[in-house]
Amino acid sequence: MDNAIAWILLFPLIGSIACALLGMVNRKLCYPISVLSMVAATWASVETLFQAVASPTAEVSYIFGGWVLDLFPRGVGIEFRADLLGALIALVVVGVGLIVSMYAKLPVEKETPRKEALYYPLFLLQITGLAGIALTGDAFNLYVLIEVAALTGYGLIAIGSNRAAAATFNYLILGTIGASLYLLGVGYVYIKTGTLNMVGIQEVIATNGLHDSPTMQVAFVLIGLGILIKMAFFPFHAWLPNAYSSAPTTTSCLLAPLVTKVMIYVMIRMVLTVFGVEFSFESTLWSEFMPWLVVIAIVCAAVMALAQREIKKMLAYLIVAEVGYMVGGVWIYNYYGFIGSIFHIISDACMTLCLFLATGIILRACKTTHFDGLRGLFSKMPLTMIGFFVGGFSIIGLPPTCGFFSKWYLITGGMVAERWEYMVVLMFSTMIMVVLFFRLIERIHLAVSESGEDLGKGHGDLGLTKEQTTFEEAPLSMLIPLLLAASIVMIIGIYNQEVVDQIELFLAPFNLPKGTGH
Amino acid sequence: MKWISLIPVVGVGVLLLFAAQDFPEWGDPQSPASQSPVASHFINNTGVDTEVPNMVTAVLADYRGFDTMFETVVVFIAGIAVLAILKGSGGRRRGTRRAYEVEAEPDIIVTHTVRLMVPVIQIFAFYVLAHGHVSPGGGFQGGVVMGASFILVALAWDLDHALVRMSLPRCMAIAAAGIIIYAGIGFLSMFLGGEFLDYAELEKVLPVSREMARYHAMLGVEIGVGFTVTSIMFALYANLSTEGRLKGGL
Amino acid sequence: MFEDGAIINELLIERLNYIIYVVLLLIGLHAMISKQNLIKKLIGMSIFQTAIILFYVSIAVKDNATIPIYKTEHDPHGDAAKAAVLDLNRSGEETKAFYAPVMLKPEETQQYSNPLPHVLMLTAIVVGVATLGLALALCLRIQQGYGTVEEDELLVKIERSDARYSQSPLAKAKNRRRTQSRNTRKPRTSVKSTKSIGKSAKPLESRDSTKTKKTTSKSNLSQPKKKPASTSRKPRSSSSKVEGSKPTTPKAPAKKASEKTRAPKKKGAE
Repeated sequence: MDNAIAWILLFPLIGSIACALLGMVNRKLCYPISVLSMVAATWASVETLFQAVASPTAEVSYIFGGWVLDLFPRGVGIEFRADLLGALIALVVVGVGLIVSMYAKLPVEKETPRKEALYYPLFLLQITGLAGIALTGDAFNLYVLIEVAALTGYGLIAIGSNRAAAATFNYLILGTIGASLYLLGVGYVYIKTGTLNMVGIQEVIATNGLHDSPTMQVAFVLIGLGILIKMAFFPFHAWLPNAYSSAPTTTSCLLAPLVTKVMIYVMIRMVLTVFGVEFSFESTLWSEFMPWLVVIAIVCAAVMALAQREIKKMLAYLIVAEVGYMVGGVWIYNYYGFIGSIFHIISDACMTLCLFLATGIILRACKTTHFDGLRGLFSKMPLTMIGFFVGGFSIIGLPPTCGFFSKWYLITGGMVAERWEYMVVLMFSTMIMVVLFFRLIERIHLAVSESGEDLGKGHGDLGLTKEQTTFEEAPLSMLIPLLLAASIVMIIGIYNQEVVDQIELFLAPFNLPKGTGH
Repeated sequence: MKWISLIPVVGVGVLLLFAAQDFPEWGDPQSPASQSPVASHFINNTGVDTEVPNMVTAVLADYRGFDTMFETVVVFIAGIAVLAILKGSGGRRRGTRRAYEVEAEPDIIVTHTVRLMVPVIQIFAFYVLAHGHVSPGGGFQGGVVMGASFILVALAWDLDHALVRMSLPRCMAIAAAGIIIYAGIGFLSMFLGGEFLDYAELEKVLPVSREMARYHAMLGVEIGVGFTVTSIMFALYANLSTEGRLKGGL
Repeated sequence: MFEDGAIINELLIERLNYIIYVVLLLIGLHAMISKQNLIKKLIGMSIFQTAIILFYVSIAVKDNATIPIYKTEHDPHGDAAKAAVLDLNRSGEETKAFYAPVMLKPEETQQYSNPLPHVLMLTAIVVGVATLGLALALCLRIQQGYGTVEEDELLVKIERSDARYSQSPLAKAKNRRRTQSRNTRKPRTSVKSTKSIGKSAKPLESRDSTKTKKTTSKSNLSQPKKKPASTSRKPRSSSSKVEGSKPTTPKAPAKKASEKTRAPKKKGAE
């Protein structure tokens, strides 16, 4: 079906309108509609990926409105270009959306009662926006889709408590600064090149020799700044911990794995496709000092994660550290760094999903995510804890989970490009993450509280009631998505070579250096 | 604190002024943006492709119609998100009335004037919407004027008066209907064989030529946009002025 | 100093509009970052977005060009477009239209300004309005929840509620016990502390037979920490207090079940 690429966005759009209308009549209808539309969108996304792999130019190009003219093979209107990278990221977005929409039934009922007819449309529109960002080939359309994703995000977070509303305001101010800086950067690009199509911009830069133009350099800085603010790169990360830890459960399960990763995809797209490898790496100074900023970012984020006593905030700081990995992978200007960065987008989405799903189940069962409240969970909810720790081991980077392979490529990239600072900080932060997760295991097993008191009578007695240690697993609608996510983490790890093959196919025309870049 | 925040602001300013040296002059007809083939195509071929005299509407609703659909979706999201944030949270009324709230009777001069003006405003809104093909105007502009007419009713009398005519469930239904119209025209073109939002394919169901099919589909699309914008403007006013309670207000 | 090619001329006169937009942008950005009142931040956001919109619209300007709407001589439905052969139009179809509009020549293109930035800014204005509406709803919600829209007061209140919320459950339980003991402190008539603990703990045996031995031993262990009178009162009063206060909350059945698990856990921590 040639229109599959349009259907990836259209199915959730139809689903959200249906939820908004039918939800006013009967609230229970929203959940099945959302799951159905996500299944349909996943099918369309898989279809698009196969089309992209099978096509001779390794991309699927779809011009809305049919405005393909002889003079303009790239079209006069808006183009959707699903090359291998875009198709992969769209599949990740829609897949994560499917798993979270299956999971969403009980948390949404519990945390935002009677608001399902408003929650699910926002949920589906968020997925529409994120999938569109992954697929679009037009710079201004990207701005509109970033705003769709942002506005639905604000709604999804603030629908919870008052604390969430206060955190969302901060997020809104910073997010609007980021998106407006991006818009200004696109304006600067337009004033110099006269076109908005991403590939078209690169062609104009190449033919007109705009490499040294101060406008284009400043445009690059502005677009880069805007995207860095939206992806919560240190020091612009201030909005992320509060927003994601005070959001409702389903919202944080959807936003945390996806939003920052899709913004990293946008950065890769800008660097490779819009501005071109020559401009980004050789005409600007970014590749000199960005790895040092990345080092500071990862160290600060990991240390702040270490200081937390609550799972959700700890995971939020871990997200900031992972963003640092991926940004560093791009800016060390190396083939393996790029492979590592792109593979890390995919694997980080899955493992963050795993962790947040499990945290939601823990919150529902124990009413708290503080470390002290977790004692005895291994006997109470073993399957959930297996899911949680598969995600945790993937973040640490233990084989055969996918986190191991992405870290492998990133470290290889750092070594080959002789960026020793990046390599050292990767290993350092891996140690910190080992401490984080094994400390959690210890807390769950041992009888010491956070403030150092002794609990129980010693010899492993945790002072828990019988009820707290009997097996009472999470409800199926929350458990099955978690186990699915954990198995995907393992499967991507085991079959990583297939994914890396596609990534290498995508990166081949860019001629990135495989040896020492600088 | 305020002086520290001047540093990044001045930094951004210096950056932007550094870029300004390379800009084309004000109004330069040889600037890359004005010379670009895409813009020239829009100016030259709008009449031939779509037979619509207003190039801006043609670009908005036809060449870049996908952007406009998402713009409409953004308006819809704003309405739903405001409802989601404010619903059910303003329930508790501490005491009777806060210090700044007063009871006011609708004034007789205002109500009589508004009673005469509102029908005219609404007809003007329809005119702006439909005439957007030929003069500046279109769906967004017409929708806002129409929404403003409802807000005027709410201001002159009280909010209940306007809610009787345009209740919130009806607002949401009309907003959803607007997006259904927009996406529906797109789907129809897709099912008739073209891409999504390829209006020319509609000539197979309408008895007009390809270009006039685009013309009429653009009008349909603008009507959809107008529906959504009208209802969401009024819903935003109703929710924001009453903190979600829909009682009292301005 | 003001001749063509000098910096002052280039920057100030020929490109004056860009300087003005930059100044507006900086005013908006400064307001967003440094103002304490949330509504003033939103006004700054509006100014910031307006500056960007003005910048884009200024890209579209051409000297001696009119608005991007066809003049009468180029109007696709005007007299000039009536083709010599009335029945054919661009698709080459039979007469369904009576007009055959013609493509403009390049010199005629110069008469119209560029329509594309106008279109982009229509979208940007609408997006800005939507963001502003959402932000105002958030301000209302913050005002309802915290009673203030000043950022410094808001931060203080949020820190306080954060400290309360993110306390460890053990600390929460301890605080609850402490406040309850303060509430239910009866006159110290029966200070036969240590021996009566075992007896006062006995009513608990019916509730949880497996844990009673632990509770008595634990209350002995932690006795030096607490005053004797309060320890002797606490097992009975706190549990009755707990049971008594819970039915007032709407989620009574769920709370009772969790309270049952929490009460022995409190004993465990004691």
